[in-house]
Amino acid sequence: MDRTIEQQLPVGRRGFLSSGAGVPGLAAVGELLRGRALADQSAPPQPPRAKRLISLFQSGAPSQLDLFDYKPGLSQWAGSELPESVRQGQRLTGMTSTQASFPIAPSMFRFRQRGSSGAWVSDLLPRTAGIADRLCFIRSMHTEAINHDPAITFVQTGAQLAGRPSLGAWLSYGLGSENQDLPAYVALISGTGDQPLYDRLWGSGFLPTRYSGVKFRSQGDPVLYLSNPAGITTDVRRGLLDDLQQLNGLHLQQTGDPEIATRIAQYEMAFRMQTSVPELTDLSNETAATFEMYGEDSRKPGSFAWNCLMARRLCERGVRFVQLFHRGWDQHLELPKNIAMQCRMTDQPAAALVVDLEQRGLLDDTVVTWGGEFGRTVYCQGKLTPADYGRDHHPRCFSMWLAGGGVQPGLTWGETDDFSYNIVRDPVHVHDLNATLLHLLGIDHVRLTWKFQGRHYRLTDVHGNVVRELLS
Amino acid sequence: MSVQLQIRRLLRLSVPAGCLLVICLRAAAQDGQSTVSFDRDIRPILSDLCFTCHGPDSQQRKSDLRLDQREGLFGVRDGQSVVVAGAPEKSVLIQRITSFNPDLQMPPPDFERRLSPEQVQLLQRWIQQGAHWTAHWSFIKPQAVQPPVAGGRFSGWCRNPIDQFVLSSLEKAGLTPSAEADRRTLIRRVSLDLTGLPPTPAEVQSFVTDTSPEAWDTVIDRLLSTPAYGEHQAVAWLDAARYADTSGYQNDGPRSMWRWRDWVIDAFNRNIPFDRFTIEQIAGDLLPSPTPDQRIATGFNRNHRGNAEGGIIPEEFQVEYVADRVDTTFAVWQGLTMGCARCHDHKYDPLRQLDYYQVFAWFNNLPESGRAIKEGNSPPLIQAPLPEQQQQLQRLGAALQVSEQRTKDLQPALARAVQAWQSSDSAMAEPDWSVTDGLTSHFPLAGNLHDVVSQQQAQQQVMPDGSTVFSLHNVAGFGYFDRFTFSSWVQPSADTGTLISRMIPVEHGEGYYVHLEAGRVQINLVKRWLDDAIRVESQSQLPLNTLSHVAVVYDGTRLASGIRLYVNGVEWPLEVRLDRLNQTFAVKAEPLRLGGGQSTFRGTLSDVRVYSRDLTRQEVQRLSVLETVQQILQIPPGQRTPAQQDKLEWMFLERHADADLSSAFNDVIRLRRELRALHDQIPTVMVMQELPVPRQTHVLLRGQYDRPGAPVQPDIPQALAGKFVPKHGNRLDLAEWLVSPENPLTARVAVNRIWQRFFEHGLVRTTEDFGSQGERPSHPELLDWLSVEFVRSGWDLKALQRLIVQSATYRQSSRQNSQLQNSDPENRLLSRGTRRRLSAETIRDQALFLSGLLSHRVGGPSVKPYQPAGLWQEIATDTAYEQSQGEDLYRRSLYTYWKRTVAPPTLVTFDATTRESCVVNRSRTNTPLQALVLMNDVTFVEAARVMAQNELKQPADSIEERVGRLFRLVTAREPAGHELEVLCNRYRRNLELYRERPESALQLSRSGEYPVDDSLNPSELAALTTVTSVLLNLDEVITKE
Repeated sequence: MDRTIEQQLPVGRRGFLSSGAGVPGLAAVGELLRGRALADQSAPPQPPRAKRLISLFQSGAPSQLDLFDYKPGLSQWAGSELPESVRQGQRLTGMTSTQASFPIAPSMFRFRQRGSSGAWVSDLLPRTAGIADRLCFIRSMHTEAINHDPAITFVQTGAQLAGRPSLGAWLSYGLGSENQDLPAYVALISGTGDQPLYDRLWGSGFLPTRYSGVKFRSQGDPVLYLSNPAGITTDVRRGLLDDLQQLNGLHLQQTGDPEIATRIAQYEMAFRMQTSVPELTDLSNETAATFEMYGEDSRKPGSFAWNCLMARRLCERGVRFVQLFHRGWDQHLELPKNIAMQCRMTDQPAAALVVDLEQRGLLDDTVVTWGGEFGRTVYCQGKLTPADYGRDHHPRCFSMWLAGGGVQPGLTWGETDDFSYNIVRDPVHVHDLNATLLHLLGIDHVRLTWKFQGRHYRLTDVHGNVVRELLS
Repeated sequence: MSVQLQIRRLLRLSVPAGCLLVICLRAAAQDGQSTVSFDRDIRPILSDLCFTCHGPDSQQRKSDLRLDQREGLFGVRDGQSVVVAGAPEKSVLIQRITSFNPDLQMPPPDFERRLSPEQVQLLQRWIQQGAHWTAHWSFIKPQAVQPPVAGGRFSGWCRNPIDQFVLSSLEKAGLTPSAEADRRTLIRRVSLDLTGLPPTPAEVQSFVTDTSPEAWDTVIDRLLSTPAYGEHQAVAWLDAARYADTSGYQNDGPRSMWRWRDWVIDAFNRNIPFDRFTIEQIAGDLLPSPTPDQRIATGFNRNHRGNAEGGIIPEEFQVEYVADRVDTTFAVWQGLTMGCARCHDHKYDPLRQLDYYQVFAWFNNLPESGRAIKEGNSPPLIQAPLPEQQQQLQRLGAALQVSEQRTKDLQPALARAVQAWQSSDSAMAEPDWSVTDGLTSHFPLAGNLHDVVSQQQAQQQVMPDGSTVFSLHNVAGFGYFDRFTFSSWVQPSADTGTLISRMIPVEHGEGYYVHLEAGRVQINLVKRWLDDAIRVESQSQLPLNTLSHVAVVYDGTRLASGIRLYVNGVEWPLEVRLDRLNQTFAVKAEPLRLGGGQSTFRGTLSDVRVYSRDLTRQEVQRLSVLETVQQILQIPPGQRTPAQQDKLEWMFLERHADADLSSAFNDVIRLRRELRALHDQIPTVMVMQELPVPRQTHVLLRGQYDRPGAPVQPDIPQALAGKFVPKHGNRLDLAEWLVSPENPLTARVAVNRIWQRFFEHGLVRTTEDFGSQGERPSHPELLDWLSVEFVRSGWDLKALQRLIVQSATYRQSSRQNSQLQNSDPENRLLSRGTRRRLSAETIRDQALFLSGLLSHRVGGPSVKPYQPAGLWQEIATDTAYEQSQGEDLYRRSLYTYWKRTVAPPTLVTFDATTRESCVVNRSRTNTPLQALVLMNDVTFVEAARVMAQNELKQPADSIEERVGRLFRLVTAREPAGHELEVLCNRYRRNLELYRERPESALQLSRSGEYPVDDSLNPSELAALTTVTSVLLNLDEVITKE
């Protein structure tokens, strides 16, 4: 029934529903009627601070020690054993737990304080450093899993095991769509390395599958099955669609099933997508200055830079949640060489996206996030040499940045110990981050729920606190 | 303004009347003065809003008050009764929930949810009406109930007891059943429901014209006896069992569980009773002398995901696997959310954390590792030969036995022949002999590395200490699935150094090397130290400055136990240092090095041989004979060692024996190889198996693998055990309890899942939750009657389904009208038939069926039909999707290869599950992406093309005749005049258009891989294809009417 309602509602009404905090979106209204969602919403309404979210997820876990979490004292410890007083018997992955020693590897990269806020950013990220005053850095992120699959799944769905809806699916369910010819939630993939991703990261879990993110691809059709088959041109398609709609309309009259009305509408939406998606991915009207800003890579479909530019274009067209997945940060070995390469690929376009959104007046109501699934160890994985080191997985602390609507710019939040091993001040758990992101979009994370298996499930499980200090 | 009000106001603006009425109906039910039922109306409120703090969870319980039990609800608190029957105002419960004092108010102000005014009223009315309490319905065993006798106007409508229950509740609501659907609708409905395939036009015709009273039963019996029935039944079971073809984490490597899948199809087709079906899947391995099939059946609980990611902590995931078994078993058989009791007592249902771990203990007793095998099945597993393979095994085994006996019998003849030959002149010139079968490289060296190596164009490297290492590219590039053997004569002058290698000691190098370490022979197969490698080492030391023959044999099993070391023909015991190989060690970068790699060998190496197979012990013994043929011949026969004599005989067999003799010995070799090759082909399946010594299970504090609490013994959950007495002391007890008369849930849950196959929902809509948070059944008496009947029939699944489709309830028309939408908006009262979109699998299978493309082959390895290029590689880095060919493109969708992290896109778009965890109730959505699939996926375009092609090959007088025939084929009904007109006009217009665009016509008429019929006119074919494509897109066609 939810579908029917959503289809029948005029677009103008959608704004009304998403404008009050704690008010479930259209889809959620349907669930309310069915008694699955929460019927009672007594929290005072708060206006959302942002309408859209862009997540620049850096898959594989970038090293906080080499990018944001400056530890000048470590140079004295270079090659020395990580003190047990720091490690405190915390678990390690099977890749390094059998190492005979845990020599400390200080970062090889130079850090400087940036902008008027004085945020520390290493020279690996010059463009990001250049917009430091617009960013809010969190150095005290922490998570629970120690391996990629469960950790990435945890960041995206709030649970380590498969089966829960992703953040974007919750947003689609809670807030519905802001546009009529594109999906509400789009995922874009870039980067190589041997790190796989999984459909579940933008999946709908136990929510109906229509809340899944739609993966836009860089090869073949941007959206699966978008193109007409060879031999069917647009005019032929339109004719066939007219017939189909007419026949379905007849059947609707006979059966009285409103589901048919929905299907008729979905075919029209599909037809619109056949125009709107190619228009979206056609960058011919972007200026040379834009390509220069995002970097030359932004002309190459499937690159992180191209995806960043796409993110802006999707935002302009009312796509609520754009999620980039960029792979290649899993630097167990040869970290200095590999991280430099990753940064060259990602630094400029990420910074350009923030600036571009700002220039177009979109940053005020768009939240941008940048970060991975966990951090990396201060001790060296493998052999430590003056020119080389590697770092293993480290869930106990990592760094992220946020920017845009409702986020406090120029803030550096949280602090780790001298080894970037344990958090000493203002920890931010993944659930806290997700609670905060939902809050920025006008949703109370404890109230956006779905009853499944007898429980009122939510993105943040039974945890999570909005980190108010991060808000402007 | 409350949100509910806002929503109501909002809805009034634009929502069709039917939807609005839901709300009104609900409100009406709540405002009315009908009798309040504790189980139906009150427990759900208490459960949802109170049990979190006043329920089964002892840790979370506040003020030691339990509202989930009668004692607590009617108890006395501080001198006041929580509930005073007949007196709401005196009941503390009501005082608290109506209080405005934040200190007294319940639920407390900071609780996430509030009671609605309607809920407060209900509670008040319940108390007013006497506060009658009953236990939760699903925990009371179903009782045999008499179907109500219908006496009203519609009493003649009933065809079986199902209808009596349905009619009775319709009448109570003042409703009447819908008219029966027409015959064409009926046969299409029942065919799709029972087999997942539509009827053929002939089947439709025969049912329409069969006026006998048995016509319907004839159709049902036919459908229940087709193999397609079992295939269709299996799909939902595969969802529940989270069956897939990959392991599901990170790189998501392949596994092979299709033998279990085929067991399921077969079990449904054989209609094995559901209690057997249950016992064999839960504990078939523990039945007395289990058959291979009974062991395969236990694959059910090995279908969970398995993590092969590098660096995981195996203990963590071993716990997850066991937890998955517990959660899945309870969801599938008990409709309970057992997983909620993993970290604490269940918040709503009487399941303690202790119960959870007692059940956990049943499933925690496998010889398994938390780190799964990356490519292939993880132990415990068994070979599961197909029947024809089983026959081949027997045939080859018997033949081998005969051949072996024959060579034994021929042994004296062989000895005599050798004896005769060795005194001949030619023997004096006989060159030496060695094992050459499978020899890929041979470096005689003779202690001097120089000669051969220059021939092999190897690079010579003088080491700092003056010794020499030779390296050769493209030699012995073995990986972890390859069988191989190295053999060499070795005379070390120092106790440490590398004999042979394709690996160097760089940080995180990979490859393999055979090495002397302090005299011990060490074999290393390495992907990554130390968590992805094998290292074995001899206990004994190789003597210094003495010539020894060393052979290393690896059998491709990826296990330390697959490595053998022979010194001078004698197998040396190996100590396992590491046994964690999970990825291939094949390297391209490093060359084969003799005498170096890790560290330089000092001494001499001679006669280095590389074989691309694992030599037998006897073959290695022949290699370890130092003496040449000529030298052996010098030794008088009586003084030769058995190995020397054996070498001589095998040389003789290869070179000089007569045909009789050599073929007898060759037969043995050939048969052994055939047997080996057959074994390599036999599929395996992961199964349940018990450890000889049970693993001690502990309660895990907060559910965490590294926080063991008190030890526990396996047991049945206390609240559900009834009078059941376990008698085996193993998993079989759990299986028997599930299907024992003491279990209140199993039959109900099974019946409900079957019911939801035929109607929009189960009688209990929350298929996955029969606990206090679940919905009550719409027809509780009907559910109980069906459950009792199901058990009485001997758990007969076909009989149950026959009963359902024979009912008048099932045969109602699904047409809606405003009256029906008002009176029974969600069809909970079953006042009409069910109109529902087909499942993903059925939509695809139907298109293949209608075009005649569908393969009817049952079972076998999973297949890879059309899928957009690059879909796997773009997210699952190293795997390419190798599309199937020919018939395998057109198999039923349940045979589609299911990669969990990138599930088949066409099917997932239509709400198929990813199979990552147990799903007992799929969602059914309606999206634009579905429209794109039906319009553009080559699967459906090709089906449309082939349908058109088939039609054009038949004679027809007019396009109307053709379109009419196609319409009947696809919908099972006659087209209306206007429908025919629309489609025929489109055909004519497109025909004109394609005649002007021959290129387009040609493209469309060649969609897919199915052969094109060049005798057909491409424009006609293209034009008719556009029409059949519209037909396949009709809402009616992807819907069960």
